Amino acid sequence: MAQVQQAADARAAAQSRVRLELLTELVRKDLKVKYKNSALGFIWSLANPLLYLAVFTLVFDKLLKNGIEAFPVLFMSGFLVWNFFNLATLSGTGSVVGNANLVRKVRFPRVVLPLSSVGFAGVHFVLQLGVLLIVLAAFYRDAFGPQLVLLVPALAVVTVFATGMALLASALNVRYRDVEHLLEVILLAWFWLTPIVYPVTFVRDQFAGDSWLFRLYMANPMAGVVTAMQRAIYVHPVTGGRQILPAGGYGFYLTWLAVGGVIAVVLLAAGWWTFRRLQADFAEEL
Amino acid sequence: MAPATIVAAGVGKRFLLHHKKATSLKERLLLHRQSSSEGFWALQDVDLEIGSGQTVGLIGPNGSGKSTLLKVLSGILAPTTGTVEVRGRIASLLELGAGFNGELTGRENVYLNAAILGLSRRETQRYFDDIVAFAELEPFIDNQVKHYSSGQYVRLGFAVAVHVSPDILLVDEVLAVGDESFQRKCLDKIADFQQHGCTILFVTHALDLIPRICSRGVVLDHGRVLHDGDPVEAAERLRSLLGTGADQSGRGAVAGDRPRVAAVRLFDPAGGADKGHFRGGEAMAVEFDVAGPAGGPPVSVRLAVTGPADVPMWVMDSDPLHPGPDGAATVRFTVKELPQIKGIYALAVAVRDPAGTVTYDARRFSEAFLAVGDTATGVLEVVWTTEQVE
Repeated sequence: MAQVQQAADARAAAQSRVRLELLTELVRKDLKVKYKNSALGFIWSLANPLLYLAVFTLVFDKLLKNGIEAFPVLFMSGFLVWNFFNLATLSGTGSVVGNANLVRKVRFPRVVLPLSSVGFAGVHFVLQLGVLLIVLAAFYRDAFGPQLVLLVPALAVVTVFATGMALLASALNVRYRDVEHLLEVILLAWFWLTPIVYPVTFVRDQFAGDSWLFRLYMANPMAGVVTAMQRAIYVHPVTGGRQILPAGGYGFYLTWLAVGGVIAVVLLAAGWWTFRRLQADFAEEL
Repeated sequence: MAPATIVAAGVGKRFLLHHKKATSLKERLLLHRQSSSEGFWALQDVDLEIGSGQTVGLIGPNGSGKSTLLKVLSGILAPTTGTVEVRGRIASLLELGAGFNGELTGRENVYLNAAILGLSRRETQRYFDDIVAFAELEPFIDNQVKHYSSGQYVRLGFAVAVHVSPDILLVDEVLAVGDESFQRKCLDKIADFQQHGCTILFVTHALDLIPRICSRGVVLDHGRVLHDGDPVEAAERLRSLLGTGADQSGRGAVAGDRPRVAAVRLFDPAGGADKGHFRGGEAMAVEFDVAGPAGGPPVSVRLAVTGPADVPMWVMDSDPLHPGPDGAATVRFTVKELPQIKGIYALAVAVRDPAGTVTYDARRFSEAFLAVGDTATGVLEVVWTTEQVE
């Protein structure tokens, strides 16, 4: 009898626990739905970074020479990781509302919805990063040095941060649908406040007289992540007398990654707590 | 006594009233503080202990809280007060195929839906062939679900839900959808579960099913448990609550000085010709003559149209009728468009005081009319009017 009871309790738990299998099944669903009925399917996502590289090479190396050597590489190393953060946050925000039918009818751990959005964005990112690295292997061999190790902490921080954003925003969005629209605007501004299109040293030089402003600027976890990604892939810290990325070891990058990491962990905790608190009312509010 | 699989103690569920709810930040700011502390109690003080292997029928009038109770028990809604404890895997047939994605194939949806219901991929692989066979969808399983007919969709949803080997099955009105052979299949499957010791909680409007299937009947009214025990008594209790209790022989007639139903006529409101055979979409009129003592009190008439298996389809209430000097009054209910229903329908009529607290007379006219429509599923929307005929 006790065994039967235990088995039943285990089955009950399987319905309320976050299982990796459920997560992968949901990510698989999102990927399948996205590429259903398109002949080239996945190739679209993979072609995306290639197209960007080609266009940026044409525009910034040939037409609008901005004097930064291999600028497309600098841009892409920050842009892909930003895209991951942007996609994870935005699709995560709509994940609970978008699955209203499921939330209102079926018992399952709701938290898998934003988590699977992050997973979905993560799969895209990993593939696109793979494509970028393959292209760089052909045209930009220098990228493959020991500095590539910086990818590990940078990706860890951005994953935690994006997960925190997705949890917090998806829960709040159920009650206030404005969150989704608000975030779209915020993310656009955020993109320009992150050193993706311009090198971080430009900002540092601008704020030369006021190091506190620069510190505030770098406290944005995405600034730490993006500069670390750039440092990992782009190996031209000094170009033509102009500093592009802070030189002198990895201290600068690791420090700001650590700051971003702390903020990311706090956000994840806050997001998790908020989601737990609000999820009981999801079925009613939808 | 087998150990309890569901224990609900002092469960209450309050919904905030819709018009007060802020759905955007702006509204929330504007409503600040004056937002409602009042609400609507859909469930109150529900204590329910369901032993393993029991089949419990949950019945009650529309809006009595049945579906809310199922959702609270299945963990979809959180109770406002009290606690719910559940042991075992729950499969709820609240809405079949709720987790399906139209873009995916039947096969992909089976795996997705089973994962959501708590199965591992390996378990799903083991059940997969059975699921497809049960749904009778072998040739279509690799088609996108959006191309399925509604019947195929529901069959697949049902097949997944019952193959996840649940310990507890929550069934809400599934018998109201699908054709007859599917309904029989549902009932067979439910019987199968009963034999295997599965706990079943069963919401239905089909009152004659309750004694046949259930070992226990629970009647809910206005969110409270009115009756918990014998299923036959439970069905009777609900019939008397709905005013559809008395039988058609007319023996239910009461003492001569109380208002009673004297005559009934069904006719086509356009021509006024008597009619007993309606098509879906046609107009239908029902007139009742109420006889009562001279100078009697105002009364109101409640008319319930009930379908096969005693399922109330919809209910119409008249405005208070003012009897003439001879105590007689005639009320007419006009249904603008008969919904797409199919079968032989009965009329259950009750003459009550306008507040609905005293029932003077209740009659049932079985086989009152035949409806021929396309069988539709979903919520019935019936537009009707009522008037006193001078």
